Amino acid sequence: MSVGTNGIGKPVSRIDGPAKVTGRAKYAAEFSAPDLAYGFVVSSAVAKGRIKSIDRSAALAVPGVIEVFAHDNRPSLPSSHEKYTDQVAAPGSPFRPLYDGEILFSGQPVALVVAEELEAARFAASLIDINYETQEAVTDLDTQIDKAFEPPEKRAPEWNPSPRGDVDSALSRGPNLIRKEYRTPVEHHNPMETFASTAVWENDGRLTVYDKTQGAPNCHEYLCNVFGLAKEKVRVLSPYVGGAFGAGLRPNYQLFMAALAAIGLKRSVRVTLTRQQMFTLGYRPQTLQTLTLGAENDGRLVAVKHDAIANTSRFEDYQEPTVVWSGALYPCDHSTVTSRLARLDLFTPCDMRAPGGAVGMYALESAMDELSYAVGVDPLELRLKNYSETDQNYGKPISSKALRDCYLQGAERFGWSKRRPEPRSMREARELIGYGMATGIWEAFRVPTSARAILAPDGTLEIACATADIGTGTYTILAQIGAEMLGLPLDKVIVKIGDSDLPSAPVEGGSWTAASAGSAVMEACDGLRKELLKRAGAVSNAPLRGVDLADLTWVDGEIRMTSDPSRAMPLSEALLGLNEPITSEVSSTPDERVLQDYSHYAHSAVFAEVRLDEELGMLRVARVVSAVAAGRILNPKTARSQILGAVVGGIGMALHEETVIDHRYGRFMNHNLAEYHVPVHADVHAIDVIFVDEQEPRLNPLGVKGVGEIGIVGTAAAIANAVFHATGVRVRDLPITIDKLLALRQPTNNHAA
Amino acid sequence: MQGRPQATSHPPERSLLPKLEIAFRVNGVERRVALRPWTTLLDALREHLDLTGTKKGCDHGQCGACTVLINGRRVLSCLTLAVMKDGAEITTIEGLAQNGELHPLQTAFIAHDGFQCGYCTPGQICSAVGLIAEGRAKTSDEIRESMSGNICRCGCYPNILAAIEAVMQGSET
Ligand code: FES
Ligand code: FES
Repeated sequence: MSVGTNGIGKPVSRIDGPAKVTGRAKYAAEFSAPDLAYGFVVSSAVAKGRIKSIDRSAALAVPGVIEVFAHDNRPSLPSSHEKYTDQVAAPGSPFRPLYDGEILFSGQPVALVVAEELEAARFAASLIDINYETQEAVTDLDTQIDKAFEPPEKRAPEWNPSPRGDVDSALSRGPNLIRKEYRTPVEHHNPMETFASTAVWENDGRLTVYDKTQGAPNCHEYLCNVFGLAKEKVRVLSPYVGGAFGAGLRPNYQLFMAALAAIGLKRSVRVTLTRQQMFTLGYRPQTLQTLTLGAENDGRLVAVKHDAIANTSRFEDYQEPTVVWSGALYPCDHSTVTSRLARLDLFTPCDMRAPGGAVGMYALESAMDELSYAVGVDPLELRLKNYSETDQNYGKPISSKALRDCYLQGAERFGWSKRRPEPRSMREARELIGYGMATGIWEAFRVPTSARAILAPDGTLEIACATADIGTGTYTILAQIGAEMLGLPLDKVIVKIGDSDLPSAPVEGGSWTAASAGSAVMEACDGLRKELLKRAGAVSNAPLRGVDLADLTWVDGEIRMTSDPSRAMPLSEALLGLNEPITSEVSSTPDERVLQDYSHYAHSAVFAEVRLDEELGMLRVARVVSAVAAGRILNPKTARSQILGAVVGGIGMALHEETVIDHRYGRFMNHNLAEYHVPVHADVHAIDVIFVDEQEPRLNPLGVKGVGEIGIVGTAAAIANAVFHATGVRVRDLPITIDKLLALRQPTNNHAA
Repeated sequence: MQGRPQATSHPPERSLLPKLEIAFRVNGVERRVALRPWTTLLDALREHLDLTGTKKGCDHGQCGACTVLINGRRVLSCLTLAVMKDGAEITTIEGLAQNGELHPLQTAFIAHDGFQCGYCTPGQICSAVGLIAEGRAKTSDEIRESMSGNICRCGCYPNILAAIEAVMQGSET
């Protein structure tokens, strides 16, 4: 299948743009039904224990309250945890909402009040009187280090590569040794749209659910399993998703609640979570990491050791790829990476933008920066000295790697050569200036995905795939691929996604959607091409009779012979006499051998400038340059936005974001957007994105790697390194807030502990 | 919920305050609606007037997603009780386009890719309309500061700034 330049690679504006800027785009809580009732979730006030009794009488006395569902009056539900599992579930026993009176985490949903009016439901929820038997909750990871364990069941075995060489003896021999501990806090995704589900009860007993999810098919399967419903009785739709960043990968409990109430009451029910309740869902786990690097005097690495402990819940062993990168990225003969879990009385963490990579690479790239000072080698030079063309963990070739170009083009654009090596050596008026850099890496995946392409007699192309667009640009790139394949203008392509009735797709995440859904759409369109060629060849005096599919160019509404462009036919002519649309549906799968034989990553080099006003203690990220190698870029405009957004996420990770637990109550205390700080407009200054040229020859027919996560990996480290360069203070505990900078301030010691 | 006085065994039926008839102009159209006093303008728009373009990101005045224009000024509709706005002139995202023509800011947000998921977007655009009308923010930093009540978790700020600056300079693209 050849791809030309008709639609792919152009910086076209989002096709869903007009709907989004006019308010026409409808999100999960914005669908309605004549019989709609409102559900409001009651959250547990304690973190651990058991519900002794629930007094719902005051709530039921509120006019318009229809029912209060809780574990003591719920309809029958399956007891097997297996039934509550999903495509992205961590090993363990998935949470069963309203199953029994056991409390596993603070804010656990314990009841659902359903009322005719939203405010009545909310008010009545405040009147539910719950009597708890409370036990002490353990939520302090630092107290559980000696109980940390290696999870017996692995989420992905390849995240735990075997050790190579003899790391300890190599470290003891090496002339230079860096051994540091880094900490990252719990973070919450906090997409702007809170989670919501509108469950519409259809008269014939079918359930149509508008859900905020990254995987309509995943939620569809979950509902069928939990409520024992036949597949065709349930449909889940997520046409627009107001951000998710991983929080919408697994079915969240509002989906369960809305479905439970709709089935129980035989009427339509909407359940919307509050911002506070958004902190009762999955989150980025806290990590405690130890990074040890051994190096020669010239900076070449001899040994890398990375240990990480992350928290999980009592009931699931959530795991993410935190340490794998440290073994893979830089050449050295000795490496051991280990990751362990510790159980806390919290909900299970879940994937958040570049899960594992964002935090693990923060530690590795901070340690590399510390090494650069120890050996007196420029941080960029150090990376170039330790450049590897193979995946060090598995000794495999890397399918394509233009990281060197990222380093060089990023440094050039940033003006890295103007950096003075010593910390605190650059200043402008009241501001100390720091330059820092880091490497980013993320796996380029491709997963099995189905898609359908339908060409109507009038030349309109419809693309259908169950995947989602969470702001990633999926609508637009799929339209571009369709337009490209058949040589159509973009406005002749209609894209349908976010619907469990459409050809199945895995959850939208992991940066794999462009490669996976994109390839499926491409292959489906290829089916249309074959059919069209057959028709074109059958036309009398056909200029394309006997021509090979591979020798055709599809452009400007024409089918042309590539080797002899004088032989051509308008697409409309090939469609003459067509009464029915032509349909092509495929299940597209990656080439397993390629995935086996090669490692496959997207890479980046991130450069950051920070400025600290010493008098006011104000720290800001003045500039970031993110140079990314991610194969072919399908749409430079939307791809750039993906990187911008991820860099902003990295700024948040470095300087702002932290969910704080009060261990006395086992509860997240700053559960709102005033106290959980995310970057606001005034925090974000110049961000420059470079996509370096990278030819990816084999991972997928499009040559793409995905750009959803790579922009955040390395960004926090680049900023933290810039803060050290500006101030001489190394904060190894994110986020880098003023209080930590001040507490560590030792202006005479450049290597403050 | 511990520590609250125990509910009595036969709680009195709690009556809801009666609905009040109010009238305001929304996007140039006179709307009459009966609402309880505790209904916010945000919920009135979304749940009673079928204007779901205005978004709820926090319901606490912390995110800006619910920004609308009241008598031309940007206001957080989640912190505004609807009954207080009897007689007001309200413009929501649905009312910015005129005669099928997008508002210049809407066009500029598309051209500069000033959004990703689109959920903060109606609030951003209404806020930007208000900001331009206020006429105070002139420099990039002033615009950033003055738009900081509108959080974009997708991190589109550089593009939002570009869109606003383009419109302030009289172009949309
Ligand atoms: S919903 Fe009004 S400020 Fe967030
Ligand atoms: S576009 Fe998603 S929050 Fe702004």
